[in-house]
This record gives sequence, structure tokens and C-alpha cells, in this order.
Amino acid sequence: MSEYILEMNHIAKIYGNGVVANSDVSFNLKKGEIHALVGENGAGKSTLMKILFGMEQPSRGEIFLRGEKTVFSGSKEAIAKGIGMVHQHFMLVESFTVAQNIVLGMEPKKGLFIDQKEAVRFTRELGERFNLPVDPEETTKNLPVGLKQKVEILKALARGAEILILDEPTAVLTPQEIDQLFEELRQLKAQGHTIVFISHKIPEIKQICDRITVMRSGRTIETYQCEAVTEQQISNAIMGCELNTAIERGNKKYGEANIQVRDLSYTDKSGVQALKGISFDIREGMVFGIAGVQGNGQVELVDILTRRKAVQSGEARFYGQDISAADQKSIRELSFGYVPEDRLEQGVAASVPISENMISNDLENNDFQKHGMLDFQKIDAFVKENIESYEIRCAGGSQPVGMLSGGNMQKVVVARECGHNPGILIAEQPTRGVDVGAAHIIHKKIVQLCRDGASVLLVSADLAEILKLSDVLAVMYEGEIVAFFESTEGLNEEKLGLFMLGIERHGPEQIRKAVNGHE
Amino acid sequence: MNREKTFNILCTAVAMLAAILVAFLIIILVSDKPVESILIFLMQPFSSGRYVGNIVETAIPLIFSGLSMAILFQAGLFNLGGEGVFFMAGIVGSIAAIWLKLPIFIFPLVCLAVGAGTGILVMLVPGALRAKFNANEMVTSLMMNNICYGVGCYILNNMMRDTAVSSLVSYKYRSAALLPTIVSGTRVHVGILIALLCAAMVYVFLYKTKWGLQVRATGANAKFAKYSGMNVMKVILLVHVIAGAVAGCGGIVECLGLHKRFEWTALPGYGFDGAMIAMLANNNPLGVIGAAAFVAYLRVGADLVSRFADVPTEMVSILQTLIILLISAEKFLHKYKQRWMEKDIQIKEVQHEGLH
Amino acid sequence: MKGFINLIVSTDFVYSIFRVMTPLLFASMGAVISDVAGAPNIALEGLMLMAAFSGMYFGYLAQSAAVGLLMALLTAVLFAGVLAFFTLYYRTNIILGGIALNSLASGGTVFLLYLVANDKGTSVSLASKTLPNINIPVIENIPILGSIISGHNVLTYVSVLAVAFTYYLLKSTALGAHIKAVGEKKEAAESVGISAVKTQAAALLLSGVMCGFGGAFMSMGYVSWFSRDMLSSRGWIALAAEAMGRQTALGSAAASMLFGVADAVSNAAATQGLPSDLVKTIPYVATLVGLTIFSVRIYRRQKEV
Repeated sequence: MSEYILEMNHIAKIYGNGVVANSDVSFNLKKGEIHALVGENGAGKSTLMKILFGMEQPSRGEIFLRGEKTVFSGSKEAIAKGIGMVHQHFMLVESFTVAQNIVLGMEPKKGLFIDQKEAVRFTRELGERFNLPVDPEETTKNLPVGLKQKVEILKALARGAEILILDEPTAVLTPQEIDQLFEELRQLKAQGHTIVFISHKIPEIKQICDRITVMRSGRTIETYQCEAVTEQQISNAIMGCELNTAIERGNKKYGEANIQVRDLSYTDKSGVQALKGISFDIREGMVFGIAGVQGNGQVELVDILTRRKAVQSGEARFYGQDISAADQKSIRELSFGYVPEDRLEQGVAASVPISENMISNDLENNDFQKHGMLDFQKIDAFVKENIESYEIRCAGGSQPVGMLSGGNMQKVVVARECGHNPGILIAEQPTRGVDVGAAHIIHKKIVQLCRDGASVLLVSADLAEILKLSDVLAVMYEGEIVAFFESTEGLNEEKLGLFMLGIERHGPEQIRKAVNGHE
Repeated sequence: MNREKTFNILCTAVAMLAAILVAFLIIILVSDKPVESILIFLMQPFSSGRYVGNIVETAIPLIFSGLSMAILFQAGLFNLGGEGVFFMAGIVGSIAAIWLKLPIFIFPLVCLAVGAGTGILVMLVPGALRAKFNANEMVTSLMMNNICYGVGCYILNNMMRDTAVSSLVSYKYRSAALLPTIVSGTRVHVGILIALLCAAMVYVFLYKTKWGLQVRATGANAKFAKYSGMNVMKVILLVHVIAGAVAGCGGIVECLGLHKRFEWTALPGYGFDGAMIAMLANNNPLGVIGAAAFVAYLRVGADLVSRFADVPTEMVSILQTLIILLISAEKFLHKYKQRWMEKDIQIKEVQHEGLH
Repeated sequence: MKGFINLIVSTDFVYSIFRVMTPLLFASMGAVISDVAGAPNIALEGLMLMAAFSGMYFGYLAQSAAVGLLMALLTAVLFAGVLAFFTLYYRTNIILGGIALNSLASGGTVFLLYLVANDKGTSVSLASKTLPNINIPVIENIPILGSIISGHNVLTYVSVLAVAFTYYLLKSTALGAHIKAVGEKKEAAESVGISAVKTQAAALLLSGVMCGFGGAFMSMGYVSWFSRDMLSSRGWIALAAEAMGRQTALGSAAASMLFGVADAVSNAAATQGLPSDLVKTIPYVATLVGLTIFSVRIYRRQKEV
């Protein structure tokens, strides 16, 4: 018991609405180790860490910290007991200096005012002590991402963190910054700190960690000694070894390339390069799947193609036309449908009736309106038809769409976007949070659209879905296409995992096949 | 869905009830004849045809103002320029009513058009600034209120003033311009029909046309509106045009219906009223009619009490505040109910996302 | 016209700028503090109006200006607290809550005015107290400068202090750092144990104090009575000043000065026989133009990104 600084035994977390985020998790930390916690999105890693950091309470199970049974009633208490968290999305006030961020909430005082000199001195000394030198007086906004992360780590250390939780720390770092981070972590380890390293990038984890715990579907699967396990084994444990053969597609005849992307790159506001030169074609009748763990550039790619973000460098064409000058309004004038990742954010207006949500992108249509007056007969017929064919469970077209379940809401979105058989459909996580029945119906629609000659871009973190629907498949990792498959035959989640987790990549000629691929 | 509508109505009823109870409280505290005062407040407005007429005539400008705010709120805009529009439209419309010479049916219609047109122009200032440059329409519209008042007063003083009369009023309107009374024994004028017609038109616009759909979509979720390809800038402009026209109409209708000359020496005070009525009506144009009637009833009751027992009519604004606060707080309760229902919805979603 | 120019270039005019600026300074500082915390208080007009009434009334009751001032402050803080309560606890939309408070103030003050003074217009019939003007010893004798700087109402000097207070609060105190953190990135503040609710409530109460001073000045310094709607939208002008001042104390003070000049010009022009109705719209036109220019600038800047 004494070799473990932390023990979390049989933790379960069931939310009030019935969601089971953790069903049976047992996780322990040895003092002074670097312990990786890995798993896909939705495996339950972040919930577990939220419990550890006092942001949530476990429904079942016990936590022992330094041998004593502990309950964290809030982050303040967790911090007080020596647990520090470096979040994936930094918790820094951009307009503050480094010193101001570090002493936030524990400012040194001189009378009524903050002792700025002392704050600077404290920060500098802190940086020296942990060999994480930072300039206390630099404005946080101007720091490169790697330095911002240093500040976050120092913040935790300043509050006396013995156990440091790092959530996807390398997601936004350059290779050099990653090397630096690892150096820093090794030093912290030498000084007696214990580190939990949450990540999905296996090669990195192998480099730095002592032990690895794999989570899947809310439970811990296995804990390994780092040197004693292969990347393949880890990947299998993460993905689950279900062998999934894709549907036999046979030789398909594809038409013109409706979507063409060349060398698309994108750097976001904080200077991170989210896309590094992506190129591919999607032809008529083709479902082009993009697999990958979320956060590897898929969102930026879709945002650019749907005109929420500008084409910074490279080219994007729909039906041969350059779309860089188009906006969200003019792109709708092309035969185009888009099922967004977050239906509540932009896919629907929750307080507006189902029928109106279903025609919102097509108000110029002379079927639905004449001289501005809505033709409710035709609209209701259209809506009724969709409600039937998509089996939407609702109290009629006039019900506010926000009252529907996730699956039914998504059906409304799909019904609208596919309503007039668009030549291009971009589907982003189309069945996330959707029940099996609804997912099946949505998949059928995508396949039908395709058979009718549409070009479909399918971005999904759900491998079963991607494998089932895609004709060709690319894998994105860290903003690049690292793999391209002209057919999904023989592919399974196990194999794909290696590419998604950065363990393997195709050579450049294979990746180039994504352009003008597969005749 | 039915459950939700009932919940809404219940909450609004609670707000209205609370307002009446607070009215009682105020009356009890202030009046030296509390019980009689309360009875007067509650019952006297219904006691005679003339008083009921008062309710109707008081409701007319409130309907216009409520409609104007309802449209703005439906689009998610917080323009409070109703006061200035009423005033300015009244002035310009009065100019037409004083100096033009037109036959009997056409004259009031022309004046109405002038009023509506003025309203549009005034509202377009904050509207255009918001549509194009995202300037805060609340502050700009309030500045317009004060500017309209100043400019309007200038015009009144220097171009329209009837010096034969000692108080500050304009020349008389030509009688052909006036809006006739339609119920004898009261002061209820044609304006009520115009108001009801406007309410119907706004209702049709909002719920039966594609532009109305765009307005409501923009107010519900601007990102969704953009995503669906709607031109949000045009929507904002359109909403301001309609709201301006309706409020402008309201201003001139009030002048030509209840007065023989332009008599306002201060901003008539319909701006905030309209906001509150719109909220009470849940921004539904038809509901505005009922809400306006309710507020008019409160007003008339307060007025009667003030004559009887020396309780100032301004107590209505205290009730107003209470209603707004309760309805907004009700929105919180509402959110609770919504969140509870959403929780069913999001069960599987959260599972998949891992709460990241 | 000559008379007008003469008027403008006089010490009286510059003196009047500082005088009319006083409520704008107070209110815009209140706007700054609450806006920086992420809980924009738009009820400045209403809070000042209520404070003005309280100051007048309690000063009259107790026959003491000090009591009047104290009650003005308490009133404004009380209602700012109501706003904070409904916003932070009941999650009322803070804009709607502000509208409600403004509505309450405009009607409620007239209601009470009638009850205590039997007049719905002004309280002149009541012998309310005023706060003293202060002649600063040595300075008052300096030519030109003396008549500009000395002799102001005590609250005018306090308003300058209010700017300094706001500036140093946000720049150098722990509470100020918390306010900025909560307003800029709530999660960052909460992750280190700062309560966003408590911080925003504190910010709203502080803005209440500012409005309390501003309102007290109106009925106890600017003039010695309370009249209906006496703020004349100064609370809204202060909001515009804060927007133009980019949520900073010094910037908002500078913008307030600009609007103060407009107000003073408007007063001066009125005495010169220029049509008073038109002239009194000068401050509002200035605000409108100012806000427009400001918004256009931001719009242009965002387009470049």
C-alpha cells in the first residue's frame, strides 16, 4: 500500500440523467512515476481525472491518497492536497503577465496592493527551482504554446502539486517543444513528483512513461509496464480487438471530382498549425472517409470547406469552382449539404419548430413559398414525408426541435441537408450521440445519396461507421494525411488504430493516391 | 409540447398575479382608504362603458409599442428606441395633418403612412449601425430617443406652435385627418382596428412568411441562421424597418385618435412599456393584444385609484419591474425544465463524448 | 456667434466641463468595473436616479447632507445587489434585469416624489441639503487655473478620485486581478479557486457605489433638488463612454470628458440664444457619432484578420 501514492479503487460515475461515464475503474500511481492514461474519446479518462481533481464526485468506489482515504469536495481541496492539473485547453488569462497568472488567487500583498515585485521574484525563483525558466514579466498572449504550457505546469507546482495531471499535453506542441517537455518531465520525476500523462499518441507515451493504463468504454482494461508491452498490444487494447470486415463494394465507377482540395494548410489564432498541406479528391459516387482521433485537424478542414474559416493557403474547389471567395450564404447556392458535428450549436435552432428547421436552408425554393408566403401544405407534406421515411419520433412538425432526443434531432438535420439530393455532402460525426436505429437510417441515406452520384466527405471518430460506409479512407494525424486506403477491404479497427495513434504511416506515393485516386 | 405551453401560461399568470398583489400592497401602504381603493383598482375599470372604453383606448398605443418590441426581441435585438419613434412620428405625422388637404378617407391614411415612414427612418439609424458595424443598438437607440425629442421639440416650438393657446401645443389638425370614434359614449377610435390589423399582419409576417422564419431563426440561434445560408444583415435591417413602421404608426394613431392637436411635451413613455408587454406576451403578436389589455387595465385602475385616494399612477412602473423580473426569473425556472428534458436527450451523447 | 466663442474660451466654460463630467465619470467607472468582471451593469441610469432621490429625501429628513450622501450610496448598492441577486442566482439575463431596474427607477422615483413632496415634477418644495463646494486654499488664487480647478463641489473632486480608484483597483489589487480574470476567462479563475459569482457580485456592488456618488451629485451638488428624469440619459452616455474607452478607467474617463465637453457646449450654446431644443441634443449626437466611429474602426480591424 505504501508504494502507491494514489489508489482509486472501483470507481464508478453515473450521472443524474443515467449516463455511465465510468463503470469500474481501478487506477493507482506509484510515487515518482510517469503513468500514461490512454484511451479513445469517450473512454472515460477525463471523467476519472475530473474526479481526482475534485471537479466531480464518484458514485461508487474509494480513493486513497498517501495511504489515507480521501474525498475531494472541490478543486480547492484537491489543490491543497497536492494534486495539480494542466488542462488541455489552457486556463490562462491571456492579458496577464506570466507572474500574474502564476500568483492568481494567491497574490502576495503589500498593504492594499499586490506586491508585483514579490510576484515576479517568486515566479523567477519557482522557474529556477524546477528548471522551467520563464520570463515572469512577459505577457502570456505573446508566449508560444510550449511556454504557455510551462506556465501552466509552474502554476500547479506553485500551489504545491506533488501529483501532476497533464491532459493531452502534446496536442499543440511542435516536435522540439515535445522533446523539451519530456526533459522537463524527467526532471520533475527526479525531484520526486508523480505525473499522470493523458494521451492517445502511443509513440510518445512509449518514450516517456513508466506504466500505461488503458481505458475503454468506462472501465480500465489493463495496466502495463512500459518496456514490457508493444505498441501493437497497446493499440489493440485501446481499440478493442473486434475484427470488422467492411462491406464488399466491388468495383465502382466514379465520376467527376466534385470536391478537390490541394495543399490546404491552416494556422489558427494561437499560432498552432492545424492543417499541414492536405490534398485529396472526392469523386461523384464516392464516400471519402476521414478517420482519426478528434483534434488532429478534422475540424479545421471541415470549417474551411463549409466556409466558417478562410482558405489561408492552398486550394479548395467544389464542382471545379474555387470556393475561397464564397461565404456561408453563397456556398448554399451550390448543391451542397452539411451535417455539422454539433447539432445544437449550428445544426438546429432549438426553440423553432421541426418543420421550420427542416426547410431553413431552402427558403428560396418555389415549392415552399410563393412571393414570400410560406406554402404550409407543401411544407407539411415535405415534413410528413421525412418524418415517415426517417422514422422521426416527435409530436408533429410544429414541435420545437429542441424537445427531440439526440437521434431524432439528427434525423431532422440529415433530412434537411439531404432533402434535395445535393451533389456534395459533408457529414461530420453524423451519428454521434445517436441511437442505433437512427444511426442505421442515417447511414442508409448517405449510401443512397452516394449511389445517386453525390460526393460524400465523412469525418468520424467512430471507426465502425467509417469502415461500414467509406469507399476510400484517409487517416489524419497531427494535421496531415498519414494513410490512404483505396478500399476498406480487410481493414479493421486494429490496423487503423496504428495509423490513428501515430505508430505507422504510409509513404508519400501512397498518400498521393488520395488525389485523383481510384479509377 | 402541450405541457410546455401550459407551463408558460401558468408562469405568466403567476407574474400577473404577483403584480396585482404588489399593487394591493402599495395601495394599502399609501392610501388612507385601502379597502375601497383596492376595490376601485380591481373593479371600477369594468364598471361602466366609459371606463372599459378607457381600457381600450389606453391599450391602443401599447399594442403598437408591444408589437414593435416583440419583433425586435424575436430577432434577438435589444433596441429601445420606441419612445423616440413615437414622438417623432407624431410630430411629422402632425405636420401632415395640419397642413395637407386631402379627402376624408385618404387623409388619415396618408398621415399614417407619413408616421410609419418617419418611424422607419428613425429606427434605421440604430438598425443600420447594428447590421453593418455591430454597434450596440441599445445605446444608439436611446441616444436617438433624446435626439428625436430635441429635434421634435424644436420643430414644435418653431414651426408648429399655436401661439393663440397658452400651453405648448401645435395648430389644430384638419378635421378630415382625425380618426373617428367608433364606440359612442367612449373615446375608442378607429385606431383600435388599425392596431388589431397590425397585430394580425405582424403575426402573419412572423409565422407565415419566409422572412418571418428567418427573423425567428436569427433570434433563436444566429449561428444556425448563418449556417443555413440566411443573410443575417438583411434580417436585422428588415426587423428594424418593420418595428419602426409599427411604432411610427402607433405614434401618429395616438395623436390623431385621442387628440385634436399635437400635445406631447415629453416623451410619451411607451418604450419600456412595449418591452414589458412583449415579454408578457412571449413575443407573440397576438399575445401582445392580451398583454396590452392587461397593462391598460392596470393603468386605468391605477388612474382611478389616484383620483380617489391620492396614490400616484406611477405605481404601475413598480408593477412593471416586478413583472419583468419575474418573467426573466421564470425563464430560469424554464431553463430548469428545459434542462431536465434535455437531459433525457443527451444521455447517449455524453456517453460518446466522454464529457471532454 | 462671437458671443458664443467668447463664452467657450472662458474659464467659466472649462469649469463647467468638469462640473457636467462628474456624473459621467462616476457612472462610467461603474460600467468599467462591472463590464471587466463580465457582468455589464446597464442600470446605471436607474441606479443614479434612485440614489439622487434618496440623497435628496434623506438629506431633507435628517437635515444633513452627510446622511443624504450615505443613503444615496446605500440605495444604489442595495439595488445593485438586487440586480446581482437576480442575475447570478436566478440567471436572469443581466440586460433584462437592467431594463427592469431602469424602469423601476423612472417610475418609482416619481411615485415617491409625489408621496413626499406632493409634486410629480420636482422636490423644490422640500428643503433638502446640498454638499459643499470646496475652495482649495492656495490654488484658488492662481490666475485662470485657479478658477478652473478650485471651487468645485466636493463630489467633483471625488469623481476624479473614483477614476484613480478604479484604475488602481484593476491594476494593482488582488480583487482587481480576480475581476479581470473572471471577466476574461472564467474557467481560469475558477480553476484556482476564485468564485466567479462572488467576484461578479462584488463588482456589481462596487458599480453601485459609483452610481450612488453620481446620483448624489445630481440632486445634492449639481442642483439642490430632485426632478423627474433628472439624469437625462447620462447613464447611457456613460455606457457609451465606457465602450469607447475600451473598458479601461483612463480611456472611459477621456471619453467622458469628450461627452462632458459636448454637454458643456450644449449648455453654453443655449445661453447664447441658439435654439435650446436643438442644442440640447449635442451630447447625444456626439455620443452617437462617437460610438459609430468606434464601431466602424473595430469592424474594419476585424475584417483584416
